[in-house]
Amino acid sequence: MSAFVKLEHVSKAFDVSPPWLNRVLERKPRVFLHAVSDVSFEIRRGETLALVGESGCGKSTVARLIVGLYKATSGRITIDGQDMRSADDTSEAARALRRRVQMIFQDPYASLNPRWRVADIIAEPIRTHRLITDRAAIERRVAELLGCVKLTAKDGEKYPHQFSGGQRQRISIARALASNPEFLICDEPTSALDVSVQAQVLNLMRDLQREMGLTYLFISHNLQVVHHVSDRIGVMYLGRLVEIGDKRQVFGAPEHPYTRMLLDAIPDLKMTGKARTPVAGEVPNPLDPPPGCAFNPRCPRVFEPCTRERPELLPAHGREVACHAVTRMARAG
Amino acid sequence: MMQALARLLDSDLWWSFKRSPLTVAAAIAAFLCIAGAVFAPWLAPHNPYDLAQISLMNSNLPPVFQKGGSSEFLLGTDQQGRDILSTIMYGSRVSLLVAVCATVMSMLIGVTLGLVAGYVGGRVESFIMRVADIQLSFPAILIALLISGIGRTVLPREMQDQLALYVIILSIGLTGWVQYARTVRGSTLVEKNKEYVQAARVIGVPSFRIMLFHVLPNALGPVLVIATLGVASAILTEATLSFLGVGMPPTQPSLGTLINEGQNYLFSGEWWITIFPGIALIVMVISVNLLGDWLRDALNPKLR
Ligand SMILES: Nc1ncnc2c1ncn2[C@@H]1O[C@H](COP(=O)(O)OP(=O)(O)OP(=O)(O)O)[C@@H](O)[C@H]1O
Ligand SMILES: [Mg+2]
Repeated sequence: MSAFVKLEHVSKAFDVSPPWLNRVLERKPRVFLHAVSDVSFEIRRGETLALVGESGCGKSTVARLIVGLYKATSGRITIDGQDMRSADDTSEAARALRRRVQMIFQDPYASLNPRWRVADIIAEPIRTHRLITDRAAIERRVAELLGCVKLTAKDGEKYPHQFSGGQRQRISIARALASNPEFLICDEPTSALDVSVQAQVLNLMRDLQREMGLTYLFISHNLQVVHHVSDRIGVMYLGRLVEIGDKRQVFGAPEHPYTRMLLDAIPDLKMTGKARTPVAGEVPNPLDPPPGCAFNPRCPRVFEPCTRERPELLPAHGREVACHAVTRMARAG
Repeated sequence: MMQALARLLDSDLWWSFKRSPLTVAAAIAAFLCIAGAVFAPWLAPHNPYDLAQISLMNSNLPPVFQKGGSSEFLLGTDQQGRDILSTIMYGSRVSLLVAVCATVMSMLIGVTLGLVAGYVGGRVESFIMRVADIQLSFPAILIALLISGIGRTVLPREMQDQLALYVIILSIGLTGWVQYARTVRGSTLVEKNKEYVQAARVIGVPSFRIMLFHVLPNALGPVLVIATLGVASAILTEATLSFLGVGMPPTQPSLGTLINEGQNYLFSGEWWITIFPGIALIVMVISVNLLGDWLRDALNPKLR
């Protein structure tokens, strides 16, 4: 199948320079933080791609780029062949595309307007895109959506603060579903919830995917959650994609030393009793990344080219990896 | 209605209100001042501007507790025989009208500019906030004087007294917007980065709707407090302008005008003509100010 969502060499640099006057007076240069560098991947229709990586590696930035909250510094993002525009673009094409792409945010306490009734929150996409104009019909649709996420129609009369975190996240899901989207971006949708509620929300999301044929980009740093929901996995490190491939392959036989390190840090998924090794070393300062492969200061397999040359994302053993050691082995073998 | 009242009586706000005797006293004083002003035509013992009711026979009577005072004129009369208590009530009415209208105007301008500056950002924001900074570096009374001066030169002479009310509302209203703009810009910046605003952007809600329906209701909290304090300071600014003779004309006097006119008789012994309007002004300003202070503390969770 062809790609539904496609990122081509997408980069995002934030200008974190001091204010103009300070720059001039203190003779400081402009400073850019490269939150996302040259990231390319595809998501097929109906599939779940998970993005994992340590805090600050640029996962949320990728999500925000895709929904148009940020404008890419370079590169191209297309959804179903159409260019994704900035979220403030009011052209007809941009609006039509925006209806098909929705996002679920990390913090269920901040993502719902505290002064709106839940029914109005859920109806907002419907009203914005004028999907239904009849009042009673909107009400019926909202009740139906509340039912989809296992809440009752009466809950629509309440305000967000009257709900628990898990319930709020389900309200967010109902709002995201209101415009009949095809692609949902979930930025750590369960990391603010406790474990039993996490499972409820994840199962709900999986059921909805089956029923409606949704495509997901699922962002998380919890590898167990990722294992539970995803079809394919992309691993990010310091703004770059270092390994991407099928879930079974990436989890079963991780190639990139960083992926291995992440997997070794969690209790063994198959319960073989292997001891867990904590993630070693620290993430380098994103303002001043090391030369060559950004992972080289922490890498157990580091050798000469790693500090000199940046590895490309190349196919190896049925997935794509950006690692000199892996490419050399593949070439040799 | 009953439910709303019950909720009010049960709320934290009411509880902190009851606990502070000074606030209760201020509230009573403010209520008396405001009620006396608003209902002056019905409550005042005389109509001082009805020529049929005043008589020079009664001129310069001292207040009732002094020798020669009459119980018909509790606070005495001026040299035209007008009842001071009634002129104060009618005067407060003008003062209050000017102050409230000017505050509403400042609030509308300030909230709009602050919201736009905070949400849109960039050059628009820099421009608005620099104008605010410049305006803030001059004393408010100077700007009000300037604007009312411009109003006076532009308007033809015979219309000046008629339009004085509007000129003074405009000049005070244009003076006070900076505080609202700064505060609302600050809370807009905070709200703008919250996820519910981003969710609305992802949905495709147009910017002006996001500003109006998402950001504004959540950014308005501190505005109520500023507005209360703003009314008190607008009363004072208006009184100052009128005292300086560039405010309300003697045909439609505010408290400031009354004090200005009365001071001419201070040294000839008729102290009540100027002192009583002065006391009324002070009570009104202090009580409204105290209420504003209480409101600020009561609504600020950090101070509890
Ligand atoms: N608006 C911004 N301005 C400047 N820097 C930013 C901005 N947003 C993100 N960054 C920086 O970009 C980098 C990537 O941030 P991002 O939020 O994408 O990380 P993340 O992978 O989502 O992390 P987490 O798991 O903690 O959510 C970080 O170093 C962050 O400080
Ligand atoms: Mg994040």
